[in-house]
Amino acid sequence: MNLKRRGRDIKAVAFHALLLLSLVVGFVTLATLVVDVVRKGWQYVDKTLFMNPPSIDPAIAGARPAILATIYLGLLLILFTVPIGVGTAIYLEEYADRRRWYNRLLELNIQNLAAVPSIVYGILGLAFIVRGIGLGQVLLAGALILTLLVLPTVIIASREALRAVPDTIRQGAYALGATQWQVTSRQVLPAALPGIATGSILALSRGIGETAPLIMVGAVTYVAFDPTVLGPFTALPIQIYQWVRLPQEEFRSLAAAAIIVLLGILLSLNAVAIWLRNRYQRRW
Amino acid sequence: MSARAAAAPARLQSGRVRYGELLVKALLGLCALISVATTIGIIAALFIPAFEFFQDVSIVDFLTGTEWAPLFEPAFFGVVPLVVGTLSATFWAVLVAIPFGLGSAVYLSEYAGARTRKTLKPMLELLAGIPTIVYGYFALTFFTPLLRDLGVGVDIFNALSAGLVMGVMILPTVASLAEDAMSAVPRDLRDGAFALGATRRVVATRIVVPAAISGITASFVLGISRAVGETMIVLVAAGQQPNLTFDPREAIETMSAFIAATGAGDVPTGSLEYKTIFAVGATLFVMTLILNVISIRLVERFREEYE
Repeated sequence: MNLKRRGRDIKAVAFHALLLLSLVVGFVTLATLVVDVVRKGWQYVDKTLFMNPPSIDPAIAGARPAILATIYLGLLLILFTVPIGVGTAIYLEEYADRRRWYNRLLELNIQNLAAVPSIVYGILGLAFIVRGIGLGQVLLAGALILTLLVLPTVIIASREALRAVPDTIRQGAYALGATQWQVTSRQVLPAALPGIATGSILALSRGIGETAPLIMVGAVTYVAFDPTVLGPFTALPIQIYQWVRLPQEEFRSLAAAAIIVLLGILLSLNAVAIWLRNRYQRRW
Repeated sequence: MSARAAAAPARLQSGRVRYGELLVKALLGLCALISVATTIGIIAALFIPAFEFFQDVSIVDFLTGTEWAPLFEPAFFGVVPLVVGTLSATFWAVLVAIPFGLGSAVYLSEYAGARTRKTLKPMLELLAGIPTIVYGYFALTFFTPLLRDLGVGVDIFNALSAGLVMGVMILPTVASLAEDAMSAVPRDLRDGAFALGATRRVVATRIVVPAAISGITASFVLGISRAVGETMIVLVAAGQQPNLTFDPREAIETMSAFIAATGAGDVPTGSLEYKTIFAVGATLFVMTLILNVISIRLVERFREEYE
């Protein structure tokens, strides 16, 4: 017997249409954004953009220092966040006793840190890293502040990956006489690695797209030479910001070209993350 | 979830102290302490200079003053225009993010099949992965001219365009959390309603949404918190003029935009101008902290109810 009501329920159709419309708003904006950026910037994505420093003459202006700095920032970010983030996640999932108030507070603290606005991290960087310990407005200061910013994301993703490893694996290893660290490092961690890698790459792509915290640690400077870790720096999002602010149409197009490069980097990172997840992730 | 620390029963452990194991545990604990240090650092970085600021400027004048002109002579330090600017941009963002985010969540949770959901959800999350400066560029160079072509008489810098684009950026955050909440509602509740002859729409609106209301509210609150703290879109597209106005067609300045614009200049350490960054930053931090704590609490509630 057909349980469906006969005839069309106008309200049901209208409701369904409204829901689809909600989804479409997001997708149409995304598509428009990409098409608009590519249309305006594509002709400027050339050798000049990758090889030249910025200039007041749009014809020869490039983003080489910014692109290099973004790559350096990304490498430092991975170097700093992965050990600390995974370490914290292991502590919370494998070692911490959740009945203790300080462990619960730690968890609440990380959840809140994940939602603190990025500009506030910038203030922290300005007050403590740039001026407090006197590191100055250098690339390392930028990398450190981005590290603190994406750390909660890495921790949360790594915890989920560790939690997905079934307890039977731990119990099996304990039964063979392994110590807690042996269980964690030789059984649990390898099993959780694909999930941790995926989460870390996604966090990395969030980090190198950030602009506001870098503004606060002084990345808005004119840098005409290749960046060094302890030298003044700019970054791709900062370069975009500087070009967007200029009124000439050519600089707007250069900004669009730099956006294409940035989105290209982020999209590749996301593709790697998805590939890792599909290739290595195990369903228990 | 039980504490895994108890996985190896105490009686089975040998009496010998393993120093290597203790060292590892200490190192891991040290990693965890970095996030505690971050929070303490943020609070110290914001509130110590803010406290010094309030010795020069009365806190009542700061919170109730309707003129913000820290560089003028005489200077005015009333934060109200910045707060109003922030709320105005947030209002337009929320107007986009809440209805469309909730709509997307209902569709993904109640209407889409497993395969459709698996393709649509990552695509929606891509929206959240676009850097905010890119949205800022989009708002300034595409959306504002579009609004003008449509006959909305907006200024080049305006709260409306920045707010609406910001809404699209926040939409996936709202959708994702709301969808989690709705997926956690037990199937039995839906099946019961279907058995009584309810349509899919009635089940979604009368059963699932009310049952998941704490998680859905949490998603709204988190979305508002994101909008309040967002910097680059409003800095690029909403302007840097602290006008006390709710008119979305005019240029405004948000708290975050003021902080970024002032931080970008080389402000001398210790000057009153330098301290304004922290006074405004502390105000922003307190506002988002309250919203975040409400949201985290609400999420905990729905986790308790259904998991």
